[in-house]
Amino acid sequence: MTGAELLPGVSPTVTALAVIGLVLVEAALLYAVYGVLEDKLAPAVFKRIQRI
Amino acid sequence: MFELLGLSPELFALFVAFGFMVGVFFGFFGMGGSFLVTPALLILGYPTPVAIGSSMAFVFGTAVIATLKHHDAGQVDYRLGALMFVGITVGIELGSRLVFGLEMLGIASVVVGVAYVLLLAAIGILFTRSAMNDEADGDEADERGDDADSEGAAGDAPDEDVPEIARKIKSYKIPPMMTLADGSKASLWTISGVGGGVGLISGFLGVGGGFVRMPAIYYVIGTSLAAAVGTSLFGGLMSGAVGAFTYGRAGVIDIGIVTALLLGSALGARIGSGATAYVDEDDVTIYFGLMLLTASLAVALGEVSAWLAMPVLDRISFVLLIGSALFVCAVILYHGALAVRERRDVTPSA
Repeated sequence: MTGAELLPGVSPTVTALAVIGLVLVEAALLYAVYGVLEDKLAPAVFKRIQRI
Repeated sequence: MFELLGLSPELFALFVAFGFMVGVFFGFFGMGGSFLVTPALLILGYPTPVAIGSSMAFVFGTAVIATLKHHDAGQVDYRLGALMFVGITVGIELGSRLVFGLEMLGIASVVVGVAYVLLLAAIGILFTRSAMNDEADGDEADERGDDADSEGAAGDAPDEDVPEIARKIKSYKIPPMMTLADGSKASLWTISGVGGGVGLISGFLGVGGGFVRMPAIYYVIGTSLAAAVGTSLFGGLMSGAVGAFTYGRAGVIDIGIVTALLLGSALGARIGSGATAYVDEDDVTIYFGLMLLTASLAVALGEVSAWLAMPVLDRISFVLLIGSALFVCAVILYHGALAVRERRDVTPSA
């Protein structure tokens, strides 16, 4: 699914900005979600690695 | 059939796994996005503009994540990145004009191909030699004992992270001098020259340029390797945004591919960026150098494949490229796990 398919009939500049905005939001969300996971799971993972 | 953003579940999972590997690489070395993703997408049969555009958008997204992670560790020199970006933009324009000029002479493909192979090989040799010299220096230092430590020159510590060649370049103090984030100084001429040179190579070869940008910051401007990686990622963020905008206007960025790759790379980039705080650079740098040498061979095979019309060489080239990256990714994870086991973070030497 390309930007042009997602937003048909919209100007190329708006399509490009929408795609960049979408990627930026995805990246920020993933950073935040994985950050929370890291805080919660990292100590347990570190302990497990140290026990191996 | 059930599809995720236009991709089959199997393909989506493949991209997530591939994104994880690229993320580890990108987070640790500050490079390896378009360099690995574009050939993979081309081999999977995506049209060239879709492969490059999606790769650029992915590099932008991963660079955002990895830069944020390096920012947390204080490893991004934003002023240096911004200053370099000016030079990079001018350099890209000059590089692309050079390609158009060579195209008029009918030799663009050959010259670009050979330049790419030689550059990868040169950077690979530089890293391998530097890692081997550092290892030898480390052994000598170990034999000398703790005499150096007793001098307690804390202010000299950052300088020890800077390669010899960069220290020599830094010794030529041509004004105006700029203060870097670590407190050391570099000439604005050096920074602009590096930015222009990286942009020229980027525009000339049609690549993201991370594999040139990071070594250039480390070896020429003279930051620590961690700061070079963080600042290079910031540069990748800016150039990725410009590339994503350009290809986004053409409507060729596949959002499904970018999303799947980002799902994997967001985790990989966290682990790769985090590993820089645990893993001794010398343990991995030599593998990175060897990987670049393998990549040089892979690109050479790809060029020969095009000249001789032998697609099998293209497949071998792809396997070499991905295989060597996968190997180095495994080495990073292995050394990271070893470092965690030794609890290097909890028991600092000081």
